[in-house]
Amino acid sequence: MEQLVVCGGCNAKIGAGNLGKLLEGLPKLNSDKLLVGFDSSDDSAVIKLSDTLAIIQTVDFFPTMVTDPYLFGKIAAANALSDVYAMGGMVLSALNIVAFPEQNDLSILREILQGGAEKVQEAGGILSGGHSIHDRTVKYGLAVTGTVHPAQILRNDTCHEGDHLILTKPLGVSIITIGYSAGEISRESFIKATDSMQTLNKYAMDIIRNYPVTSCTDVTGFGLAGHLHEMLHGVYSAHIDTKKLPYFAEAYEGAKKFILTAGGQRNRNYLENKIDFQIDDFGLEEIIFDPQTSGGLLVTVPEVKVETLMKDLHNNHIPAADFGTIVPKENKEITIY
Amino acid sequence: MFKVDALGKACPLPVIETRKALKEHDTVTTLVDNKIATQNLEKMAKQLGYVYQMQEDSPTHYTVVITKGAVEPEQTVETEQTVNAGHKADDEYIVVINSDKMGIGEEKLGKNLMKTFIYTLTEQDVLPQRIIFYNGGVPIVTEGSESLADLKNLAAKGVEIYACGACLNFYGLTAKVAVGEITNMYRIVEMMRSAYRIVKP
Repeated sequence: MEQLVVCGGCNAKIGAGNLGKLLEGLPKLNSDKLLVGFDSSDDSAVIKLSDTLAIIQTVDFFPTMVTDPYLFGKIAAANALSDVYAMGGMVLSALNIVAFPEQNDLSILREILQGGAEKVQEAGGILSGGHSIHDRTVKYGLAVTGTVHPAQILRNDTCHEGDHLILTKPLGVSIITIGYSAGEISRESFIKATDSMQTLNKYAMDIIRNYPVTSCTDVTGFGLAGHLHEMLHGVYSAHIDTKKLPYFAEAYEGAKKFILTAGGQRNRNYLENKIDFQIDDFGLEEIIFDPQTSGGLLVTVPEVKVETLMKDLHNNHIPAADFGTIVPKENKEITIY
Repeated sequence: MFKVDALGKACPLPVIETRKALKEHDTVTTLVDNKIATQNLEKMAKQLGYVYQMQEDSPTHYTVVITKGAVEPEQTVETEQTVNAGHKADDEYIVVINSDKMGIGEEKLGKNLMKTFIYTLTEQDVLPQRIIFYNGGVPIVTEGSESLADLKNLAAKGVEIYACGACLNFYGLTAKVAVGEITNMYRIVEMMRSAYRIVKP
């Protein structure tokens, strides 16, 4: 089986700071049908069709982060589908987006599309075509359409003071996958991380949507720090207890061995001055900035509901952790202890 | 000064390669083509307590120089016998024995010390890669040597043992070699030149 060259995943994402500035100057069409759009840094656009139905539109694609094309297809698709779940929606349909070098063996592309199609099917969505171009490097993803009741949209900027922070997958997958490509991480650790990456956030959302969660996003390229920053939207601060933080032990060990990614450093540059590290632990700092490909859902939950939600998630084998709280705005946006 | 050319290489490779080079060299110059890579090198240097210097030659060419600080514990492991490094683990070493006596002084004591030295090698956490015997050292690998059992023990654990062929010939001991391999000056020079560290009793 021919293999892919590794160069990306969510690590390839354009830095958050650069993107925000660039978008500010673009024309915006205001419509009362647009329920979630450019104004917030949310995961998807949501457009109201009727009082009981809205559609969620999102697109996500990136360069390869693993060498196995079938696995890459599954991870890229799980990542793209995740934005619909992060809005509280259900997947309706998806279209492939493909860039593929002209001289490469088409059987590789077939494997990628096979992986993607299986994930869309698992999500209960209709995969109905797509668009492919020739390019120098392989890229794959999906444009996804989902549905949601307008009253049940989960935004990323609606948390309340006192809410707990819950994350449904362990952090550290970029350190592991990139460290594995560099020969510094074991295959067992790599498999653990990629198993997590190809797991649909559908299963976590199917539980979460039964609880009165106040906000939700998925942790992807900007890392935990970046996506939490969006969640706090300049109004709140957060406290993170690193003893409860979910992460792969191998990623922590890898960071200490200096498997330092470009995406992680970009996130650090953007957010470092907003964070008060009360712990002196370089490995944990790197985990908090590590870009996630197909990361977990980050939700804020009223304290009274935390215990039952956590129990429900764990009973359904979702490795969720309750690791922090939303507090009134402080000098530093995120305190890590 | 050792140089790592990481131009065109994506993170974390510039950091990993520089980290490896720093295990063998006190100062490493790394060339990278993007600023993010320099920041990652800076993070590593800071964590290790090393001195970091960076020069932006152009937006796609940066020269980073990392030097081990005086207080850095790893540096004390380095010894003056460190010869040309290549790419070796930092606990690798070879042993060179050029006499049947250890140190200068009373002959009987010298011979006892040498016997104890070779026995003590067998007890080390990290065994030498190879032991080279020449000149007055070659009798130790021949019949009647009190260290034969220890040397055979080391050989069984994978330690390569070599004796200088010209020396054995000179002393008339060629037929009596009881452990290891006979070698020549070319190989001896090559093994010594490429060793990470040479231990001489």
